[in-house]
Amino acid sequence: MALLSVRNLTTSFHTRNGVTTAVDDVSFELKKGEVLAIVGESGSGKSMCCYSVLGLVPSPPGKIESGTALFDGRDLLAMSAAELQSIRGTDIAMIFQDPMTCLNPFLTIGEQLIEPLVYNRQKTRHQAKYRAIELMRETGIDRPEQRFNSYPHEFSGGMRQRVMIAMALITEPKLLIADEPTTALDVTVQAQILSLILELQKTRDLAVIFVSHDLAVVRGLAHKVLVMKGGRVVERNATSNIFRSPQHAYTQQLLAAVPRGEKTSEDLSQSRTVLAVSKLNVSFLDRNSGKRLTAVDDVSFELQKNEILGLVGESGSGKSTIGRSILKLVPADSGQVHFAGRELLRLREREMRLLRPQLQMIFQDPYASLNPRRTVFDTLAEPLLYHGLAKRSNIEHQVLALMDDVGLARTAIRKYPHEFSGGQRQRIAIGRAISTRPELIIADEPVSALDVTIQKQILELIIQLVEKHSLSMLFISHDLAVVRSLCDRVMVLQRGRILEVNRTENLWSNPQHRYTQSLLESVPQIES
Amino acid sequence: MTVGNVIMDAEPGASLWADAWRRLKKNKLAVFGLLVLSVLIVIALLAPWIAPYGYEQQNLELGATPPSFAHWFGTDLFGRDMLTRVLYGGRVSLAVGLIATFVALVIGVTWGTIAGYLGGRTDAVMMRIVDALYALPFIIFIILLMVVFGRSVLLLFVAIGAVEWLTMARIVRAQVLSIRNQEFVEAARAMGLSTPHILAKHVVPNSLGPIIVYATLTVPQVMLLEAFLSFLGLGIQPPQSSWGLLISHGANVMEDSPWLLIFPGLALSLTLFALNFLGDGLRDALDPRVSKD
Amino acid sequence: MLRFVLVRLLQSIPVLFTVITATFFLIRQAPGGPFDADKPVIPAVKRALEAKYNLDLPMWQQYLNYLGDLLRGDMGPSFKYPGWAVHDLILSGLPATAELALYALLVAIIVGVLAGVCAALKPNTAQDYIPMSVAMLGICMPTFLLGPLLVLVFGFWLNWLPISGWGDLPGDKIMPSITLGAAYAAYVARLTRGGMLDVMSQDYIRTARAKGLPERVVVFKHALRGGLIPTIAFLGPAFAGLLAGSFVVETIFQIPGLGRFYVQAAFNRDYTMILGTTIFLSTLIIFFNLLSDLLATWMNPKLRHQLRGQSV
Repeated sequence: MALLSVRNLTTSFHTRNGVTTAVDDVSFELKKGEVLAIVGESGSGKSMCCYSVLGLVPSPPGKIESGTALFDGRDLLAMSAAELQSIRGTDIAMIFQDPMTCLNPFLTIGEQLIEPLVYNRQKTRHQAKYRAIELMRETGIDRPEQRFNSYPHEFSGGMRQRVMIAMALITEPKLLIADEPTTALDVTVQAQILSLILELQKTRDLAVIFVSHDLAVVRGLAHKVLVMKGGRVVERNATSNIFRSPQHAYTQQLLAAVPRGEKTSEDLSQSRTVLAVSKLNVSFLDRNSGKRLTAVDDVSFELQKNEILGLVGESGSGKSTIGRSILKLVPADSGQVHFAGRELLRLREREMRLLRPQLQMIFQDPYASLNPRRTVFDTLAEPLLYHGLAKRSNIEHQVLALMDDVGLARTAIRKYPHEFSGGQRQRIAIGRAISTRPELIIADEPVSALDVTIQKQILELIIQLVEKHSLSMLFISHDLAVVRSLCDRVMVLQRGRILEVNRTENLWSNPQHRYTQSLLESVPQIES
Repeated sequence: MTVGNVIMDAEPGASLWADAWRRLKKNKLAVFGLLVLSVLIVIALLAPWIAPYGYEQQNLELGATPPSFAHWFGTDLFGRDMLTRVLYGGRVSLAVGLIATFVALVIGVTWGTIAGYLGGRTDAVMMRIVDALYALPFIIFIILLMVVFGRSVLLLFVAIGAVEWLTMARIVRAQVLSIRNQEFVEAARAMGLSTPHILAKHVVPNSLGPIIVYATLTVPQVMLLEAFLSFLGLGIQPPQSSWGLLISHGANVMEDSPWLLIFPGLALSLTLFALNFLGDGLRDALDPRVSKD
Repeated sequence: MLRFVLVRLLQSIPVLFTVITATFFLIRQAPGGPFDADKPVIPAVKRALEAKYNLDLPMWQQYLNYLGDLLRGDMGPSFKYPGWAVHDLILSGLPATAELALYALLVAIIVGVLAGVCAALKPNTAQDYIPMSVAMLGICMPTFLLGPLLVLVFGFWLNWLPISGWGDLPGDKIMPSITLGAAYAAYVARLTRGGMLDVMSQDYIRTARAKGLPERVVVFKHALRGGLIPTIAFLGPAFAGLLAGSFVVETIFQIPGLGRFYVQAAFNRDYTMILGTTIFLSTLIIFFNLLSDLLATWMNPKLRHQLRGQSV
């Protein structure tokens, strides 16, 4: 018999702007010890499915319109709030995406860990503490006795997610729902957390619903997969089948969008050097300790004409700071940056300003990098007019040509950023970056905030524009698969230092540094 | 298709201001507030023409009478028409509210923008000054000022404006600072635009929202402060009048002539209501978190 | 903890010094002196009086003398109440004012927090609109209007409560406390609602619910701590407002408190009395600001380390 059997679940949101159906007639089943993955892009309703089952949909505006969810033979959707609450505290547990915001900053880790036992299992605090420390040890938190009394801000992201997992498992639930549990984590940490979840699932014979946007993560974990789009289930199948022979066009599209393969890089060592960075050092003042923290440590590299050079590192490795200090958006402590025959770090802001049209940047978050009060036309025309690259009389021609270049509908010229989707916004931002015909573009995680199908389109656009305008590019990313498919050469950064630089194919076939090896091993693979 | 055609065919975009206005219009209380406020301002401006009696016109034989057909709000102890006095009092109260807020706005925005955009040591020094001033028990000082230097309207403006600009400066600075660190401002710098250009086109237009909201909410605070001082006998000097002064006089005779307390009280409360509703409505309408969905 | 408090106390010394200096010179700029009040005084008598109180000395010397006396804890004699020392007068008015401000603060916190939490639990329903409308009414109904209205209704018309005095008749403390506390209860309610709404939409509240905690635990244990921080930060400024507001309430209800002394002293140009009261009230306000800062810092685990004094 199925542990959880969801039938015809429909959830919608009633807002002032009308009714939107977030989950549309979804059914699925899950047996004891089984792992089900629900996969989809943002807005597909994958998380909302789980929230509906657990009665966690904010209401109002959310409303469960119809359906049943039999858990151990009892309908969760028909239960009273009190019954549902006691099930949540004992038989079904949940972990969430962002461990930074999901733990209460005002309570100690220990207090939060023992709560489910104290309030739902009527354990004494002493018993609960004993159990909590056991579980902390099991989930790989060292020195659990001391850390029991620590606050969340004293833990790293990966450690917090371990705490979340321990907290979820402390009542020995039958079902664990994990909502994008590794999305906010670095790739090496992600690998550790995934293997921890898998191990705990096996030893306890847990049923797990694993919600993710990342097919590669799901592959090594789930027994069966549900693919969702626009609130509906478009395909369901055993994991191996999904990857071997996807049936639905959307599943195929999703799989095709996952970056794979390796750019066959041309040998550009003979071509002209566009950018030369040597012995760059950047540090920041830490407000809490009053000490200077090194963000970039003696970094040197060169970038050739027509090259896409990848810069890879985990969060806090200083990769964004390198990009920003080259552009003098962040002051550097020392070093040299040679571009267009000038040493940028010694230039005054006035001189630098004249060079900036040749040296552009694409930012990570297309929601933050566009001025919300300016139309597409304003945004694209501004650099052209300011630098005298276009006359007022023909500015509209040029803006329209730019919009064609980046694949925006010409009719959208008078629209504001908030009227566009994330992918379209990133097109506007790219249009702005190429408007001044730059020689070099620094792209800082330009596709990280985007869904995988959109990411593919934007990456294709970047490749196309790099060729068409013979651009050179410093491509900053945490995503190794993206970098591998796009870049000619790759630099690996850790704690502000470059560990190794190599042609893409060499780096993957023969990584020199141990950190690089562990990075590469941590990346979940879509193909075996 | 020619360029001209495309521009003509372009789908009209909705700016954030247009969006905010649309949301504000949906908020019934805010619209009510705006309406009441407009009516009050018009009435106050037209007081000399629409007031039924002369402002100083006494009728000692009549004395204090309850509301009647001839005197809708009744008359005071000197037989003066209360409706007329409330109308004129409103002129002073509204003027104090608006002008003192304007003073605070000008000082606060200038101070806050400079501190926020320049940042670094300048910012630290400027904000340290604001912090120090904050620590001063201002309300006590204002009372002292008004007592010591007599009750001039001008001094009242300056005194109130001098207190209220502190918060305004903090809000503006915080706003400018957060805008300055946004990626689109960084993008503008990366684009090679000059500082004045960035300030004018990118920073200021995006920091207006909270400033407007705070200004709307400052007006009622200022009017309250004036009324408070007038009540203590430290504000406007008779025979000039403000709602605060009328309330103060009314409170002394409330047992015998409650209308002398109630009508000016109603007028003041209604105005404060209207302003607060409008301010709250504006805050909701301009809240970026609301506009995201 | 001790170090944090000490540092903050040291920081408030220049503020207090500014207050003293500004007040000292300000009142002496005012037209008129303490001895040219209502009835004309014989010039010789006036001179003698001024000499007695050292008012004939140069200004800077008077100032230094005053500072010296102050350091020894002496606020000088009152000019208007011969034979009374300023600190005796202050101490005689203090109990009533302090009690009034304290009760009003209690009214503000208890009513405000309850109303704010209620409203935040069911936003945009009657449970939200009703307390918040009342709060708006409280904000728009100034003390000096609410007081007389309460007196009119409960004192004259219904005859339920005494209309004046403090501690003379049973129940005479109710109306003044409510009058003074009402507006602050309204502010506290709005701040608490805002703070709670902010916190209730946080991810960690969803986590607490997903853990199956009863709603009361979610609200009072998980949400309230964070939700109250804006309110606690407001208590310092609120106390300053309460003290000033007590001037009005003391006038309305004829309570023999500090506020009335203060306004009277200012009108009478009773220099030492004005200075003494200003310094005293300012110290109180600064102290309460420190207290509310301390509390807000202690409530936040991320800031709590500052109290342990490793870094300043």
